[in-house]
Amino acid sequence: MNIRATSIAIVFLIGSNAWAAPPDPMVDPMRGPTPLTESATPPLMPPVENRDVRRMRTYSMQPPTIPHKIDGYQIDKNFNRCLACHARVNTEQTQAVPLSVTHYMDRDSNVLAEVSPRRYFCLQCHVPQTEAKPLVPNNFQDIDVILKRLSAPAPDKK
Amino acid sequence: MVKLIKRYWNIIRRPSVHFSLGFLTVGGFIGGILFWGAFNTAMELTNTEKFCTGCHEMRDNVYAELKGTIHFTNRSGVRALCSDCHVPHNWTDKIARKMQASKEVWGKIFGTIDTREKFVDKRLELAQHEWARFKANDSLECRNCHNYEYMDFTRQSVRAQNMHSTYLADRSKTCIDCHKGIAHTLPHIPPGQTSEATPPARASKEVANAAR
Repeated sequence: MNIRATSIAIVFLIGSNAWAAPPDPMVDPMRGPTPLTESATPPLMPPVENRDVRRMRTYSMQPPTIPHKIDGYQIDKNFNRCLACHARVNTEQTQAVPLSVTHYMDRDSNVLAEVSPRRYFCLQCHVPQTEAKPLVPNNFQDIDVILKRLSAPAPDKK
Repeated sequence: MVKLIKRYWNIIRRPSVHFSLGFLTVGGFIGGILFWGAFNTAMELTNTEKFCTGCHEMRDNVYAELKGTIHFTNRSGVRALCSDCHVPHNWTDKIARKMQASKEVWGKIFGTIDTREKFVDKRLELAQHEWARFKANDSLECRNCHNYEYMDFTRQSVRAQNMHSTYLADRSKTCIDCHKGIAHTLPHIPPGQTSEATPPARASKEVANAAR
C-alpha cells in the first residue's frame, strides 16, 4: 500500500514536470503580445494591390500572383469569373494573360479542349497580394542570387 | 348583350339632370387627382424592397445572393433596391414592365419556382430574359446611376480603363455584356446561350461571349 502510494506520487511528479523551468511565453506574430485570455485588437485590413502590373515570379515554377482585386468573383461549378477574361477565347478582347497549356492537361498529360477540372479552381494556386507587412521573417533567396554568389571568384581563398 | 350596351350608352350620352356642370368638372378634376395619386402610390408600393422580398422565392434566392455584393454592402452605404435595376424609372416603360410582370403573379399562384430546385432549374431562362432586356435598352437601369459621361477613368484600375475606353466608349458593348452576375449568382450557361435576343450583326461576338 505504502509502496503503491509512493510510486503514484513519483509518477505524478515526473508527469507534472514540476522542476522544469517555466516555458517561454508563447509568441504568436498574429496575436502579438496579447495574453491568450484576452482578445487582441485586429489590425486594419490592408488594401489589395490593384495595379495590374505583372509581378516577377520568385522561382520559375511559381504560380503567378494575381495583380488585381478579385472581390466578389464567382468561382463555382456553374461559373468561373476568372475565365471570363483569362479563357483562351476571351483573351483577344480583354488582353488578359491566357491560361498556360498545363491548365488544359489531365494528370496523364493529355491536352483537353477545356480547362482540366483539377485546374479549375484558380485560387488554389493563384492569389491576390495585399500591401501587408510579412508576419514572419523570410530569408528566401532567389536562385539567381545564389548562383551569382557561387560563381563569383573567391579572392581570399587563393 | 347589344341591348345592355345600348342602355348604358344612352345613360352616358344623356346630359346630367341632377348635378351642375361646375360640380361635374371640379369633382372630376379632384377625383382624377385622387385616382392618379392613388394609382401611382400603389404602383410605387410594388417597387419597394419589402414588397419584393415578401415572397420566399425572392427572399431566399435572389435577395439572399444580393446581400453580399457591392450593390448591397459597400463603403459609402449607397445601395440599390430591387426596383432600381429591374424596373425602368421612366413612367411609360415602367407601366410596360409592370404589365409584363403580371406573369410573375401567375408564377407565384401556380408555384413555378416555389422550391429551390425549381428555381435553379428555371434560373437560366429567367436570367436570359433580364439579359435580353438590359441589352435591348442599352443597360438603361445601370446607366440611371453609372453615367459614362461622368466616369473618371483615372480613378479606375488599368484594366477597367482599357475596357471602358474601348468597348463601352465605341458602344460595341453595353454594361450587361461584361457585368453579368454582378448582383446575383450566375447559373451554368451552356455554350451559345448567353442571351436570347442576339442582334444578327453581332453574332460572331456573341459566340465568343458564350464560350465564357
